[in-house]
Amino acid sequence: MTQTALNPKVSVPASDWKKWLGVLPFFLFAILFLVLPSLRLIVGSFTNDEGRFTFVNILQLFQEKSILDAYWLSIRISAATALGGGIFGFLLAYSVTVGGLPKPLRSALITFSGVASNFAGVPLAFAFIATLGRTGFVTALVENLFGVNLYKQTNFDLYSFLGLSLTYMYFQFPLMVLIMAPALDGLKREWREAAENLGASTTQYWLRVAFPVLLPSILGSMILLFGNAFGAYATAYALTGGRLGIITIQIGAQIRGDVLHNPGLGYAMAMGMVVIMAVSLVGYSWLQRKTERWLK
Amino acid sequence: MNMLARIRRIPFWSWLWFILGALYFILPLYATLEFSLGMERDVIGFKAYGRAFEDPEFLRTFLYSNVLALLTIIASIILIVPTAYWIRLRLPEARRIVEFITLLPFVVPAIILVFGLIRIYSSPVNIPFTNTTILQPLTTFEVGTDILIVAGYVVLGLPYMYRSVDTGMRTVDVRTLTEAAQSLGASWFTIIVRVILPNIRAALLSGALLTFAIVVGEVTLASFLGVPAFGPYLFLLGQHRAYEPAALSFASFLMTWVVMGLIQLFTGGQGQAAGAH
Repeated sequence: MTQTALNPKVSVPASDWKKWLGVLPFFLFAILFLVLPSLRLIVGSFTNDEGRFTFVNILQLFQEKSILDAYWLSIRISAATALGGGIFGFLLAYSVTVGGLPKPLRSALITFSGVASNFAGVPLAFAFIATLGRTGFVTALVENLFGVNLYKQTNFDLYSFLGLSLTYMYFQFPLMVLIMAPALDGLKREWREAAENLGASTTQYWLRVAFPVLLPSILGSMILLFGNAFGAYATAYALTGGRLGIITIQIGAQIRGDVLHNPGLGYAMAMGMVVIMAVSLVGYSWLQRKTERWLK
Repeated sequence: MNMLARIRRIPFWSWLWFILGALYFILPLYATLEFSLGMERDVIGFKAYGRAFEDPEFLRTFLYSNVLALLTIIASIILIVPTAYWIRLRLPEARRIVEFITLLPFVVPAIILVFGLIRIYSSPVNIPFTNTTILQPLTTFEVGTDILIVAGYVVLGLPYMYRSVDTGMRTVDVRTLTEAAQSLGASWFTIIVRVILPNIRAALLSGALLTFAIVVGEVTLASFLGVPAFGPYLFLLGQHRAYEPAALSFASFLMTWVVMGLIQLFTGGQGQAAGAH
């Protein structure tokens, strides 16, 4: 007791150690249901049939054509919808923030974006079948208005790259709106005034001032959209029934039954996905931090 | 100059983007609604809705998913509120690592999570190097699977719930509240349940609603763990029916709308309160 009074620092290590007990349940939970399952896949991808350490699975990952095709298809769909959703979402966010549209439209768009970015999976797939399917509403509308049958006279197919991309866009661009609207609000009035005082036109202001400030945020958000599409499974499965072999569908098939005839390769395939997701999250947070310097 | 002023008055491009966006939002919903109303030839009616809601299987799976959502919300609150509270009060050095963990679900998507969960918990857990089983495989009995899926949903909702709770705690002075409660002789349990929770109820509600939105229609975990939830039911219904799934899809959309509207209402209210300070 006297020791504590004389030198309070001595007792710090003990209480320090006890303090961590308060977050123990959280860590225990995270280890049991998040870290262990992830570790199992990582360990599995470095293990061969006999339970020994191996790099073969990882090497095989880059040789198996069906797996590379699946990754590539996923990457292309995610990139296309991130780019398309990013640009369109940005323009929408622009139109309701600095674009001069009436205020009520802004809250309507933000609310709707909140709903749409959470509207995914089976209902979304069914909605797009009712819209752009063979007998869908828009398919019929296009035929009535322009006399063009999308399925017979063009190559359009909902259960294809383009179709899945259009479906993903439904939750992609609203997410962009939700991220970009606050960033656009962060553009300071003074910058515009200063630019105008120095004789800059609107185009010059956007190209030389606003856009460079927003660019890290735009790119970061697009990376987030990329990850958002890359990890999606239910929407694609409900829409195409597994016909379009994106990576999540392939992993799903591997879980249901060892379709690759090599569990280790299945784990490696899952780990490759985690690596890509991790890289995109790191890229996102790095770019986000760059933006915060200006828009705060 | 004149041109510029006129362009600024009528934001043509803004209107164009907005209208395009609105069309993208509305067309699929309108198409689904129109299709779901056309079950009977030449009649517009709610027959598909009646049929869908009457199905006892719908009721069972929908109820089950709601119970799962409720359990997930309760488990998340029990897990996250004391953790976030403790970090704020005594353990700021744990903030980074806990925040990192709450971001992990973005890196480990549902399909990967369920893959790992199945591989770990579909075999018995033994004490290392012995044959003594301490845990039966969770996937082999119903309660075990339910525990597993709720845990999985807590993980999926972790980023949203943690963020909500943490934002909620930022707006209240946790330290002062705790000291006041302690000086009146309150226990830790009393402090958290009767002082902290009521003070962050708006944040909790928005976190809970987001979790609800994630869980109720969830397909990936539910179908791979083989639980009779609403998501897999809707998927199977879509395989052999046309109108009922459309009706349920439109209804799901309305439900998402209500949930997001409520969140807007609660967090909007909180935002106003913060502005009034």
